[in-house]
Amino acid sequence: MTARGFWVLAMLAMAFPLSAVQYIVGGVQGHATIAEALHLASAGDTVMVMGGTYREGNLLIDKPLTFIGVGRPLLDGENVHDILTLSGRNIIVMGFRLENSGISAMNDLAAIKCIDITGVHIEDNQIARSHFAIHLANASDIVVRNNSIEGVPRSEHNTGNGIHLWKCKSALIEENDISGHRDGIYFEFVSDSRIRCNTSRGNLRYGLHFMFSNDDRYEGNRFIENGAGVAVMYSRKVTMEQNEFLHNWGNAAYGLLLKDITDSYIGQNYFVHNTVGIFMEGSSRMQILWNSFSKNGWAMRIQASCNDNRISLNNFSGNTFDIATNGTLVLNDFDRNYWDKYDGYDRTRDGMGDVPYRPVSMYSMVVERNPFTLILLRSILISFLDKAEKAIPSITPELLIDRRPLMKPVRV
Amino acid sequence: MTAMWTLTRYIFSDIIRNKVIVLYAGFQLLAALLLFNLEENPDKALLSLLNIELIVIPLISMIFSTIHYYNSYEFIEMLLAQPLGRRQVFLSEFLACALSLVLAFVVGLGIPVLVHFQDLLAFNFLLTGTLLTFACTAIAFCAAVLARDKARGIGIVLLLWFYFALVYDGIVLMILFTFSDYPLERLTLLLTALNPIDLTRVSMMLRMDVSALMGYTGALFKEFFGSYRGILYTGGILLLWTILPLIMSLRIFRNKDL
Amino acid sequence: MIETRGLTKSFKRLRALQQVDLRMEENQVVSLIGPNGSGKTTLIKCILGLVRPDGGEIHINGQPIGKDFHYRSTIGYMPQIGRYPDHMKVGQLFDLLRSLRAKHDGQTDEELIAHYRLERIYDQPMRTLSGGTRQKVSAAVAFLFNPEIYILDEPTAGLDPLSSEILKEKIRKIRDQRRLVVITSHILSDLDDLTTHILYLQEGRVHYQASMEELRNFTGEQKFGKAIASIMQQSNG
Repeated sequence: MTARGFWVLAMLAMAFPLSAVQYIVGGVQGHATIAEALHLASAGDTVMVMGGTYREGNLLIDKPLTFIGVGRPLLDGENVHDILTLSGRNIIVMGFRLENSGISAMNDLAAIKCIDITGVHIEDNQIARSHFAIHLANASDIVVRNNSIEGVPRSEHNTGNGIHLWKCKSALIEENDISGHRDGIYFEFVSDSRIRCNTSRGNLRYGLHFMFSNDDRYEGNRFIENGAGVAVMYSRKVTMEQNEFLHNWGNAAYGLLLKDITDSYIGQNYFVHNTVGIFMEGSSRMQILWNSFSKNGWAMRIQASCNDNRISLNNFSGNTFDIATNGTLVLNDFDRNYWDKYDGYDRTRDGMGDVPYRPVSMYSMVVERNPFTLILLRSILISFLDKAEKAIPSITPELLIDRRPLMKPVRV
Repeated sequence: MTAMWTLTRYIFSDIIRNKVIVLYAGFQLLAALLLFNLEENPDKALLSLLNIELIVIPLISMIFSTIHYYNSYEFIEMLLAQPLGRRQVFLSEFLACALSLVLAFVVGLGIPVLVHFQDLLAFNFLLTGTLLTFACTAIAFCAAVLARDKARGIGIVLLLWFYFALVYDGIVLMILFTFSDYPLERLTLLLTALNPIDLTRVSMMLRMDVSALMGYTGALFKEFFGSYRGILYTGGILLLWTILPLIMSLRIFRNKDL
Repeated sequence: MIETRGLTKSFKRLRALQQVDLRMEENQVVSLIGPNGSGKTTLIKCILGLVRPDGGEIHINGQPIGKDFHYRSTIGYMPQIGRYPDHMKVGQLFDLLRSLRAKHDGQTDEELIAHYRLERIYDQPMRTLSGGTRQKVSAAVAFLFNPEIYILDEPTAGLDPLSSEILKEKIRKIRDQRRLVVITSHILSDLDDLTTHILYLQEGRVHYQASMEELRNFTGEQKFGKAIASIMQQSNG
């Protein structure tokens, strides 16, 4: 049990000093099965499970209970069941190890499944080899903290998500470690929630999959080596801050995929070694500030369907291409970014280059039309063509231009 | 064999005292020092050095080798009047010439790069630069054996350089656009193999621009670029670019009237 | 020692050698003469294996020469123009040749090196040498390994009279040691007293081949130069 777990316990004990009863499962004097203890307990009680392995199929908790593992008891689903099903209100689950939930293409079997619940706190559990790890539907006031979740990456179809939220409100997903699932964290119809400081690594599809979820915030997360990076789609008013998007490689892999996102803020994130840092489609009124893009194939790919976005004070360095776009009409504002490819001068000594920078090179337009020409990358011919195009722009979008490129990187 | 190595050693120690070789090494060293000192980001400096590798190395290697061959004509004659085989003499001249150019490259660019980078990228830079020097020397010797007089030999070599460094990529670009409706994976790989400069460039690209290359749609490419096979492939073909021109020039040289 | 049969060589349209039959034996100093383009150099280069004949055979000491290069250890060659790597030192050249001929088991003949006092310039790079000095080096190289056959292409051109005299003295000395010396030269008077046989080439054919005795009897001239001139006149007229 972690220190924080202990405090939660202590506070709970103080909240219900008289009425709360402790039931112990396992050990010398405890109940033989968890099901028995859960059956006996009433609202506000605590069920404490001692170390050991428990194979009791599906366990249902539908009253406000504190369900605690001491010495990391193992709940084994034997590849058949949902292991824990929570429903109702105010349930705490801590300190367990859950393994081998059932796998089904029909039902979303999970290690911990929460349905129709208000107030659920899932902390400090280890979940391994499960279909879904933590599955929440129609829930609110949620805390999922400090769980370590490790799936077995099979194909996208028979692997579930790590932390899955559907139709939820007021969730805090914090400091979890998720790997080997389909999507590390999945949000659909979730509002007023925060995703903080999680690490989502090596998941088959997205590190974070985020849809139809407004007024949310995610920050300080690390998304590493996921099949297709992070997808944020069909949402409004999302704040994405101080996240790291690393090593998302593939022809449909992005650090961050934005599809139909409006009025959102992307700030102080790191995009490193991604095939595409940010891919934007149908997104508008975004503020993209103080981010660092380095060593990506394309730092940003902005489709023509995007407008009114502000891309300012970002650092672009060591990317193969800075910006790519599929159209010529560009209605986004690039201002005061640092571009390492900029070779202008600053005679006015105001820290900003005196000639504008065009972040879309002619060659990137060529590659856009014919991806095989990527084989000519860094050839002398290409650098000649790019230089010529810079002198007399003809096929690169005229308005995609940073008129005040910074001479030195922004300190973030 | 011992005669060949002895001869190589003597010719090598002559060439490395040559003003052009010393200047060539000095130029590279100067460029490397300037770039690494002026550029805050060593990655960017390496990119500029890559351009030197792709333009200057082939140009100097080819022209120097051609001139060296013609200037050594009488000496080669004198050597062939000794009990020495033509292959021994020719290979000694080739080896001595290629090795001194490689030495200039290693001193001029190699060491500064190794000071700033100790990774696979630096290793690849050195390896391909060395192999490219060998290939260009072999091509130049082949041209020199084919053309009887010096002016024509240098002319051929300059044209070859221009072709490999610039024209070829233009042709590739045209081919890729003309046949853009067809699957071009294999063709593209084949096309890079037919130009030693492109091969060098691609093998460096494999290390520097992995992120972008992983965006390639073709499965073949991904497998190829994502693994060590890419390095083996480029290294192997560059070696072929040395061996094949050498075999061809040896065939001509063996029956040539001097 | 050297025998050719039906030796033929063409360069594109130019027929450099046509059916050349000749014999040269030991104890002879053969002067190979003829106008420019008569095939002198081609003949020498054929014997040295530098030029591949189109037809005919060359025998050295009774053995036909093929692609095996070992027969050349019996030959010392002094080229018309000796050019050596610019930065190779004179001493290094001799070192190089000695180690290339590591199999050579006889004594080396360093008399010319001594007479030309080449030891004093052992540390000088080749590019600093004058044309004459380079010729001295070339001559010393040709004599270094005590070959049975000496092929000297225009040996006295570029040598000062004193050095020329040293060379001739050397040739005279080895002539009687069962050696064959083949000399091409334009400067006829130079060769007077050395030559035992002459071989006159014209348009790729052996026009005249005889001993000096026969030549004198034939032309009635005592002087070598005049004898040659009279042959030339005959062939033109």
